[in-house]
Amino acid sequence: MKPLKYITFLFLFMTFTSCKKEAITYQCPMQCEGENTFTTEKGSCSVCKMDLKPVANQTKKIVTDEISDESIFNLTSKWNTEEGKTIQLKELKGKTLVMVMVYTTCKAACPRLVADMRSIEEKVSKNDDIQYILISIDPETDTPKRLKEFAIENFMDGKQWTFLQGTESSVREFANVLAVKYKQISPLDFSHSNIISVFNSDGELAHQQEGLGVDNKETVSKILELVN
Amino acid sequence: MNTIFRLTIAIFFLWVSNVNCQSEMVLIKGGTYTPLYGRDSLQVTISDFKMDVYPVTNQEFVAFVKEHQKWKKSKVLKLFADGNYLFNWKSDTELDPSQSLKAPITGISWFAANDYCECQGKRLPTIDEWEYVAMANEKMPDARKLKNYNEYILSWYEKPKTFNNEIGSTFKNYWNVYDLHGLVWEWTSDFNSVLISGESRKDVDNDSNLFCGSAAIGATDLMNYAAFMRYAIRGSVKAKYTMKNLGFRCVSDIENKQ
Repeated sequence: MKPLKYITFLFLFMTFTSCKKEAITYQCPMQCEGENTFTTEKGSCSVCKMDLKPVANQTKKIVTDEISDESIFNLTSKWNTEEGKTIQLKELKGKTLVMVMVYTTCKAACPRLVADMRSIEEKVSKNDDIQYILISIDPETDTPKRLKEFAIENFMDGKQWTFLQGTESSVREFANVLAVKYKQISPLDFSHSNIISVFNSDGELAHQQEGLGVDNKETVSKILELVN
Repeated sequence: MNTIFRLTIAIFFLWVSNVNCQSEMVLIKGGTYTPLYGRDSLQVTISDFKMDVYPVTNQEFVAFVKEHQKWKKSKVLKLFADGNYLFNWKSDTELDPSQSLKAPITGISWFAANDYCECQGKRLPTIDEWEYVAMANEKMPDARKLKNYNEYILSWYEKPKTFNNEIGSTFKNYWNVYDLHGLVWEWTSDFNSVLISGESRKDVDNDSNLFCGSAAIGATDLMNYAAFMRYAIRGSVKAKYTMKNLGFRCVSDIENKQ
C-alpha cells in the first residue's frame, strides 16, 4: 500500500507545481454572452442552452476577422476616455481617426499641437464620421477628470473629440505603432515627437503630419478624401 | 521501500530540471549612476530587479511561437513586424539548419519581444536598467572608464556575425549576467525614448541634450562612443523593425516585501 501512496503523492505534487498552468476554459459556441468563459465543462449557455465548448487558445482572434494586418484595431489594450468610459480602439472602427499624442501639463509644444488639431477640425467641416483623438503620454497625471477639464478649457468638449488615458505600457505600445518617440524629462515634462496621424475607417495609417504649425493643407485634403 | 525512495529522489531531480522552464535570472542590486543620456543628463536611480542571465535563445523562441500562434512567421500581423521577421527560419516552427538552438533569437520586432516577456510574467528592461547592468565588466559594477572594457565592446562592433554564437560564449559580468556585449544588440522597453534621429531637427520640442551635434561634442572619449552607438541604434529603429543582430532578454521586478 505504501508505495502506491508514495507515487500518488508524487504525481499530485508534480501536477500541481508544474509550470504550465493552462486551465481549459469553456465558452458558449454561439457566444451569447460575448467573450464570457467558464471553467467547468459540464454546463450549458444560460441564454441559448447550447453545450459549452472548450475555447481554443486564440479566443481573441475571432474579433479581428475583418481587421487587416496593419490596422491599429489589432491592439487589444483598454483606454479610459474623458467621459469615464473604458474602450478598446476597435470600438472606433468605421470612423476616420485623427490622432495626436500630447500631455496636459505641457507648456511648449502641446498647446501648438492642440491648436493644429483644432485648425484641422475647423477646416474639415463638421462631419460625424471623423473622430479627433488625443492620447495622453502621461497616464499618471492625465486622469479622465483632468482630461475632461483640459477638453473644456480648450473648447474641445464636443463629441467629435475623444481624450484617452492608457497605462504606461499601452501608451508605449501605441507610440510605437505611430512611430512617436517620447521621453519623460521630469515628473511633469516630456519631450516627444510632434506627429498628427490620420487613420482610415479600418484603422490603417493613411497620413502623418510631422512638425509644429506646419501647413495642414495635405492633412485636411487626406481626411476629406477618406471621408468622402 | 528503499528503492522507491531512491526512485522518488531520482524522479524529483529529473522533474526539477524539466520544470525549470523559466530561464535563469539573477538579482541586480539597484543604485545610482550617470548614463550617457539620462533625464536632463542627470543621475538615474535604479531599484533592485532581476535580469535573465542569458539573452532569449532560438530554442526558447521556437517553444514560444508554438504556443502563441500569432507570432508565427506566417501569421504575424504587419502592424507588429516587418517583412524580415524570423527571416531565416525554415518554417513556422523550424530553424534553418545553420542556426543553433542555443544562439540568441534575432530577427524579432519589439512587439514580439515585449509580448514574449509579458507571457513569462516578465518585461523588457528599460534603457537605464540595461545600461546599468551593461556597464559592469567581470569584476567591477562600473567599468566604463577602463580602456580594455571599451576596447572589448568596440572590437565586437567590428566582428561579423556574432549573432550565430551560442549564449554564454562571452564573459560573465559582475552581476553574473552573460552576453550583454559581444553577441547581439538587445531591445529595451523604452527604446523609443531616444530622440536622436532626423526627427531631432524638425519635430521634437525639447532636444537640446539629444541633438546630434551636442551629443557628438559630448562623446569625446571611447567610453561615450561605445554607448553612443547603442543609443544611435535605439534612436533609429522602429518597433516593428527586425534585425538579424538584434535580440532581447527579459527582467522582472522584485515582489513587494510586505
